[in-house]
Amino acid sequence: MKRVQFEHSPLPYLFIAPQIIIIVIFFLWPAGQAIYQSFLLEDAFGLSSKFVWFRNYKDTIFSDAWLQAAGFTIVFSTIVTVLSLGLALLLAVKANEVLQGARTYKTLLMWAYAIAPPVAGLMGNLMFNPLVGDMYKFMNAIGFDFDHKLDPWDASFVVILISVWKQVSVNFIFFLSGLQGIPNSVIEAATMDCKSSFRRFWTITFPLLAPTTFFLMVINITYAFFDTFGIIDTTTQGAPGGATNTLVFKVYQDGFRGADIGGSSAQSVVLMLMVLALTVIQFRFIEKKVHY
Amino acid sequence: MTGSKIITHLILICGAIFMTLPVWVAFASSTHAPETLLREGLQIWPGGHFLETYNEVLFVEGGVMKKVTAMQMLGNSMILGVGFAVGKVVISMLAAYAIVYFRFRLAVPLFWVIFLTLLLPLEVRIIPSYKVVADLGLLDTRAGLIVPLIASATGTFFFRQFFRSVPDELLEAARLDGATAWGFFKDILVPLSKTMIAAILIIMFVVGWNQYLWPLIMTTKEENYTLVIGIKQIYQVLSEGGELPQFQKAFALTILATLPPVMVVLIFQNWFVKGLVESEK
Repeated sequence: MKRVQFEHSPLPYLFIAPQIIIIVIFFLWPAGQAIYQSFLLEDAFGLSSKFVWFRNYKDTIFSDAWLQAAGFTIVFSTIVTVLSLGLALLLAVKANEVLQGARTYKTLLMWAYAIAPPVAGLMGNLMFNPLVGDMYKFMNAIGFDFDHKLDPWDASFVVILISVWKQVSVNFIFFLSGLQGIPNSVIEAATMDCKSSFRRFWTITFPLLAPTTFFLMVINITYAFFDTFGIIDTTTQGAPGGATNTLVFKVYQDGFRGADIGGSSAQSVVLMLMVLALTVIQFRFIEKKVHY
Repeated sequence: MTGSKIITHLILICGAIFMTLPVWVAFASSTHAPETLLREGLQIWPGGHFLETYNEVLFVEGGVMKKVTAMQMLGNSMILGVGFAVGKVVISMLAAYAIVYFRFRLAVPLFWVIFLTLLLPLEVRIIPSYKVVADLGLLDTRAGLIVPLIASATGTFFFRQFFRSVPDELLEAARLDGATAWGFFKDILVPLSKTMIAAILIIMFVVGWNQYLWPLIMTTKEENYTLVIGIKQIYQVLSEGGELPQFQKAFALTILATLPPVMVVLIFQNWFVKGLVESEK
């Protein structure tokens, strides 16, 4: 905090009030409701409800559908994170090396940041549309028996491809700015000591990028968990047979389509705990970075 | 050019094509007749139906109820993007000012309340949030669309960080000159934060424009659709409505939904990168 501050007065409360009021009404109250409802069981008509302790948790979390969604979410997040980080790192390192056309490359590689995930999803959906989509024809032409409406693997492939495409640009921006933050003197010294640019990258550059990479991992996992909702909703909608259901998409489906408020709330609370875990990891790490 | 240089350029060109080609194909395909698309598939070169397609999409009512044009949705998206960005900057600057520049009893607990919002993304509180907005009678209103989105912590953290880096001497000097708390904020701090504000406005416009889940659940009337949620509904009508599927219109809608945020990012590229990298730290 500041050494010099204004003295006691009602002013600070006035300044902070708008944000706090909105948070209480639209964040804390609904979150509290979600936790409360996760312990309730409503009857079929939503007329009465009774307190059932952890029954909703037990019923949803040990159900095959939830476990399937959890499994898919974990595999999906891992693949999306690794692929989009790897691709972005490769492109950022190369974009940092070139002199000619550096700015053009940079623009072309980062601009997709501005595209909304559901718009990307819809474009992808059209590319894979059996009637006009050449990607669909192409996949079949090169020998896959490709049908993302029926085959879980093909559906996962489409969702992963679009999700990676959408995320490369963010990672690229952060990696490039991380690379540009490495002092020239370090690079020059490394160049003198080590001829192989490949070894130089893994022994000098990559460790220096570790903070950026770690930060981006958290961002990417959060993205794969939450922001891909728009992609899934515009492509597979969890089909076929729930094979591409992520946990978030299932909360939405059970709550809005299925009207299972208790079960959906229990799933929400589990997701809250996952976000909590991610945030704790992130802040632990940021504290370390300060002493770094 | 040496061999490794050529490979470097080759990798970058492949990357650029990978990131650009799908959107280009979407644009080119949007300028062809529906029959051409069905007969030949996606198009790589623009065709002759640009004006026809975009004119129809922008100005002729479509959707399930035939009540909304892309022009209207464009307006709704614009209001959401601008309202979200401006609201977020105003609210988070005021809150950050209170936290950094004032000594008050509830400062720490209130800061933690703001911090808590990081743990509560919309996705984990969808249904109760919907209920709150419905109970307040805010479904299908601009206030109900924008206000619940603007209170999260990111903006506040960003300005808190920035205010803390402002030298203490400024406040000392201002107070010697008899500046009030509001005067110091308005005349010194805000002008000083101009670049930061611009950067955050750009990021938040894109984020607001691209909102999906919240507008999707709290908008019921077609005339209130934003582009990002409207295109999916209209796509379903276009591809499932008995007659010839109008894929060129679906492509045109994705292009329209993409264009404004992309333009903002391209025009303000440097501010945008600065805002993104600094605000996420």
